[in-house]
Amino acid sequence: MDKLSQAQSELREMDALAAEDSPVHRLHPLCKLLVTVCYIAAVVSFPKYDFTGLAVMVLYPAVLFQAAGIPVRTCFYKLRIVLPLVCAVGLVNPFLDRTPMLQLGMVTITGGVISMVTLMMKGVFSLMASFLLIATTTIDSLCAALRKLHVPSILTTLLLLTYRYIGVMLEEVTIMTEAYKLRAPGQKGIHISAWGSFLGQLLLRSMDRAQELFGSMLLRGFQGEFFYADVPPCKPSGIVYTIACAGAFLLARLVPIASVLGGLFVG
Amino acid sequence: MTMIEFRNVSFSYDSGNPVVADLSFSIGRGETVGLIGANGAGKSTIMKLLLGLVTGEGEITVDGLPMNRQNLPAIRQRIGFVLQDSDNQMFMPTVYEDMIFGPRNYGVSKEETDRRVDDVLKCLGLQELKHRYNHKISGGEKRMAAIATILAMEPEMILMDEPSTALDPVNRRTVINTVNRLPQTKLIASHDLDMILDTCQRVILLAGGAIVADGDAETILRDRELLEANRMELPFCLQGRR
Repeated sequence: MDKLSQAQSELREMDALAAEDSPVHRLHPLCKLLVTVCYIAAVVSFPKYDFTGLAVMVLYPAVLFQAAGIPVRTCFYKLRIVLPLVCAVGLVNPFLDRTPMLQLGMVTITGGVISMVTLMMKGVFSLMASFLLIATTTIDSLCAALRKLHVPSILTTLLLLTYRYIGVMLEEVTIMTEAYKLRAPGQKGIHISAWGSFLGQLLLRSMDRAQELFGSMLLRGFQGEFFYADVPPCKPSGIVYTIACAGAFLLARLVPIASVLGGLFVG
Repeated sequence: MTMIEFRNVSFSYDSGNPVVADLSFSIGRGETVGLIGANGAGKSTIMKLLLGLVTGEGEITVDGLPMNRQNLPAIRQRIGFVLQDSDNQMFMPTVYEDMIFGPRNYGVSKEETDRRVDDVLKCLGLQELKHRYNHKISGGEKRMAAIATILAMEPEMILMDEPSTALDPVNRRTVINTVNRLPQTKLIASHDLDMILDTCQRVILLAGGAIVADGDAETILRDRELLEANRMELPFCLQGRR
């Protein structure tokens, strides 16, 4: 499978993942959205040297992966392109902050190393939480949840259509690339001299396809706002889940749980 | 009773050459009409005019409603359009979601929409497609699903643009049988003259945006001279090939 087909297939896999059934999938999308926002806010608010405090936050994605039946490796595989970028953010910290913070035998751990690790953890945890939200909630339900939060319909429609049109554009790219390859045997990729016309053609073709799709939507009564998948009213269990998770994040943020637990054993 | 009426309708794109010129015809309720003609004859433009996707000169009425901005939603609610490329029609993730798209936009309740979806799928024998992903069904299934999405809107008239394109013989026959079972008024644009012969009682032959012939399907489709003069040929079933 070439890269484009793989990208298309991965996009569809996300749809399939979101449509599965599990206790997490069944949660109200608004609850999942709010909990994810709370989680990310809690994670990014940890001080840069609070490694142990932040480490406790791994429990949320760990539990959710189990409950949703989604393998962790799927998450890391899907995020393989963006993860290195997130991890690269703190790479210069060890050079800027050389304050000794910890002595492990002969090795001195500087503040820069700890802040680098916490920065990476913050990035990875936030990505994992976002992945879990998308992998357990369909894009329609997500947009419906956003509408319930009074996010303007123009933004939710834009989000939904962008998501849908990525697939359409990938299809066009696949068709054009295949046509190019068939007439350029042995050539790796698309030659730089063809990039301009390739992109121009892609734009025109995508616009044509988009026009057709939009026409089809108009003819079926589309008037600027989607009727999103019916989201039933939030159940008490959803409210309990939201409050419990938000409370747990607040607790983890305010109380050094790892230190308290460690103190129980060490004395 | 007249379902659609074109009175002296003309249309041209920016280039100025008329694509449709002074066209007048009407289609009665319950009729199945084939729209045939060579490429560029104006078939698709007539459909676009009828759906209000382009605006020309002259008068168009649908079910007694004059084509104008105010009536457009009501007109579009009455007409279902099956596109040539089903991929452009099926833009939601699953067949079910695509089928509820139209009715929900027109304010039909969830219960009523679900009833319509189940009825249409049962009628077309497509129940197993209900929750399938659009990208995972075959071309033939997708064409049938596209028809189902239109039927779920309970239109009074159905327009079909090349409904048999890119279908294998069995799927093509399924589509033909389905079209023949539908009670609505139908306007079918196609180069597949065998299909037109199998589905339509009346044919409108277009050339250069004007009507060349309008009448009984069998009479027109048996007229070799007329068809060949307009860049077409007899349907295969009438060619007497061994």
